[in-house]
Amino acid sequence: MSETHGQSGSADFDLSQFHGVFFEEAGENLANMESLLLALDETSADDESLNAIFRCAHSIKGGAATFGFQDVADLTHVMETLLDKLRRHELAVTTGMIDTLLESGDVLGHLLARHQGGAGEPIDCTELVGRIGALAHGSAAAAPLTAPPAAQAAPAVPAAPVTVPACGPIAGTRVLDIAIGPMDEPSLADHLADLFTEIPGLGTIEATDGGRAGPDRIRRFRVLTQASDADLLDLFSFHVAREQVRIVDGSADAGTAAAPAVASQAPAAAAPVSDSASYGFFDDGPGAPGPADQAPPVAVPAVSAASTKAPAAASRSAKNAERGSSPASNLEQSTIRVPIEKVDQLINLVGELVITQAMLAQTGRNLDPVIHQAMATGLADLERNTRMLQESVMAIRMIPMAVVFNRFPRMLRDLAGKLGKQVELQTIGEDTELDKGLIEKITDPLTHLVRNAADHGIEMPQDRIARGKPAGGTVTLAAAHQGGSVVIEVRDDGRGLNRDKLLRKAAERGLPVHEAMTDQEVYALIFEPGFSTANEVTDVSGRGVGMDVVKRNITSLGGSVEIDSTEGQGMRVSVRLPLTLAIMDGMSVGVARETYIVPLASVVESIHLSADDVKSVGGSARVVEVRNEYLPLVALDELFDVPREPGQAGSGIMIVIEAEGGRVALLVDELIGQHQVVVKNLEANYRKVPGVSGATILGDGRVALILDVSWLVRRARH
Amino acid sequence: MRSILAVDDSASMRQMVSFTLRSSGYEVIEAIDGQDALDKIGDRQVDLVLTDQNMPRMDGLTLIRQLREQDRFKRTPILVLTTESSDEMKQAGRAAGATGWMVKPFDPARLLEVIGKVLPH
Repeated sequence: MSETHGQSGSADFDLSQFHGVFFEEAGENLANMESLLLALDETSADDESLNAIFRCAHSIKGGAATFGFQDVADLTHVMETLLDKLRRHELAVTTGMIDTLLESGDVLGHLLARHQGGAGEPIDCTELVGRIGALAHGSAAAAPLTAPPAAQAAPAVPAAPVTVPACGPIAGTRVLDIAIGPMDEPSLADHLADLFTEIPGLGTIEATDGGRAGPDRIRRFRVLTQASDADLLDLFSFHVAREQVRIVDGSADAGTAAAPAVASQAPAAAAPVSDSASYGFFDDGPGAPGPADQAPPVAVPAVSAASTKAPAAASRSAKNAERGSSPASNLEQSTIRVPIEKVDQLINLVGELVITQAMLAQTGRNLDPVIHQAMATGLADLERNTRMLQESVMAIRMIPMAVVFNRFPRMLRDLAGKLGKQVELQTIGEDTELDKGLIEKITDPLTHLVRNAADHGIEMPQDRIARGKPAGGTVTLAAAHQGGSVVIEVRDDGRGLNRDKLLRKAAERGLPVHEAMTDQEVYALIFEPGFSTANEVTDVSGRGVGMDVVKRNITSLGGSVEIDSTEGQGMRVSVRLPLTLAIMDGMSVGVARETYIVPLASVVESIHLSADDVKSVGGSARVVEVRNEYLPLVALDELFDVPREPGQAGSGIMIVIEAEGGRVALLVDELIGQHQVVVKNLEANYRKVPGVSGATILGDGRVALILDVSWLVRRARH
Repeated sequence: MRSILAVDDSASMRQMVSFTLRSSGYEVIEAIDGQDALDKIGDRQVDLVLTDQNMPRMDGLTLIRQLREQDRFKRTPILVLTTESSDEMKQAGRAAGATGWMVKPFDPARLLEVIGKVLPH
């Protein structure tokens, strides 16, 4: 290692300032690598993909080594070694390799998360590094390029059969002088000899220091091998620290047949002018420093001054160019990283602004438009700008569904392997954007649905063939905007749901079921706690616990979930979510002196009620007939105990709302209007109230409660 | 001010290199790969080129060859960044027309030291 000198004083930077960028970049590389690995066709892996995968590992390694994350650098190094051999077609891709590389990606993710200050158990990568090294070295030792791919099927290393001439170097064999140390325990280096006996074809090693280190505590060996320096370092690092190993070409004084072999491979070998372990210059390289600047093509005085003159001239012409039109040299930053709290703060402030604007608008309506024309124009502008500002700010938090969808190819691959099924994933609409908070919360429920589809939905290949289906099943994930919502569908072309079986199971569990239930209602039974339709329990989807949790999670996000199925042909689960948790389209309704907000997405229609339509059924329960269907009637004033002035009666307007596949009629006094409301969390500011999902501040400053429609429907129908 | 073209597909490496060089008084033109480097540099001149080897679209060696084909870059020092100082890499770098190589990882001090050798003050 050369000494560091020169301008080191000014170069004493804190590298940690670049860690953020590195972590972000490494994360992107990992994700990229995973999707490339998943898409890799083992039978005909294309060079472009292999190169791209190599580059991902390579890039992570470079950054990790630079910024001091040694464990990440070590792991990516062996991955890179393997990937390099794959892209050079020295090895054929196997499923085992892809699995190991995917696993390594997971481990890297953990390592990076730990370095980033996240929690997590420390990970010992020794075994994994050894395994990857085995994949790379084992097959590499077998005759490269000529070995048929089938021969690569068993990647176990030391066992790989290799034929090496018993003595004498063969073409491509290098003679290397290896120095290791300084070591506290120089005898440790003797273990290196074990490597050469354990790994057939690695070559030979002999101590050139008589078996003991001198006063410098450095051990010296001579090695004859076909392995590359990097491979040797990987192997040696099992016994000695990588930094302590120096490998120098020993062919110059070797006097063996190996030297010509090397020379013939590289006839144009240029002796470096200045070579250290870390940098060097070519003696004929343009602009290289040093005494012998012998640039052949361009006539330049062959003195050392040439190298300084040229750049100086270049510098002048650069200045001239700058005076003209010089392109901006600063990095064009197309993205910025901002802590999520800053965005949330902004969203909160805009929310307050929306409320203030609504109040002003309400006050403005009482003013005479002729006298206060300027004011009215200003208020109209304010309203428009506020709305646009709000949309823009909300858009900051919007991220594409691809963030969630991207995790599923890997999951399904692992799952299919475990279940012995063939499952293909199809994704549609991954560009569909959704609020970051919602994306985070919908990930687990979606994961569960996808897992269910693969486990319970898709049949075993032989069963599918028996039913005249292709052996491989398809799970489709589709996301799309529908009005103010996002609908995410998880579809499979598996066995589907059996109505009779569901009804029977429900009856066995004492659930209130009857033959007249609609298909939708029957299918919704699988969301009941503890309800499982699988005949046998698998360790993948467990015991049917979960679907109720899935439903509860989705409902708590203000979303809904519906199931559709055709037996034998598959099943579709549709999850409908609001675009954001912060703003909602609501219909405000008046009940006595109170105002409530009904989420507009769940409003089916509003109807004026006549007394004849209402029928009492058993006790205080009432139903109302709407289009030949009897709906439970819920009077909001009774439900929430809204005080009424004596003699004041409701006007008999009802709103039909729909949730969880059921409908209910809400009895209210008046419909006030539709508008966007800024949702405030009631739980965080007060406490959880049954039937209420949140609150908002009205234009006049009063608080209105937002109805929990799912709760209302559940309560009325059970 | 001396100008340096720094080409690397890794944003963190690019930031580290640029920050180091700018702090030491160099002007830095950043590019994310060989093609981007050619686009950014247009018809101007730089005093030194520092390029990574393995990059998408256009790799470092192709960039070096294309630069060397232009008269104004015939004598410009070009350093290749590499993760290994294997003979193979050195031959390839030399054949493409590189001035020298520098092994990754390196720290800011090493970077300035090497650049100081080809761009003496």
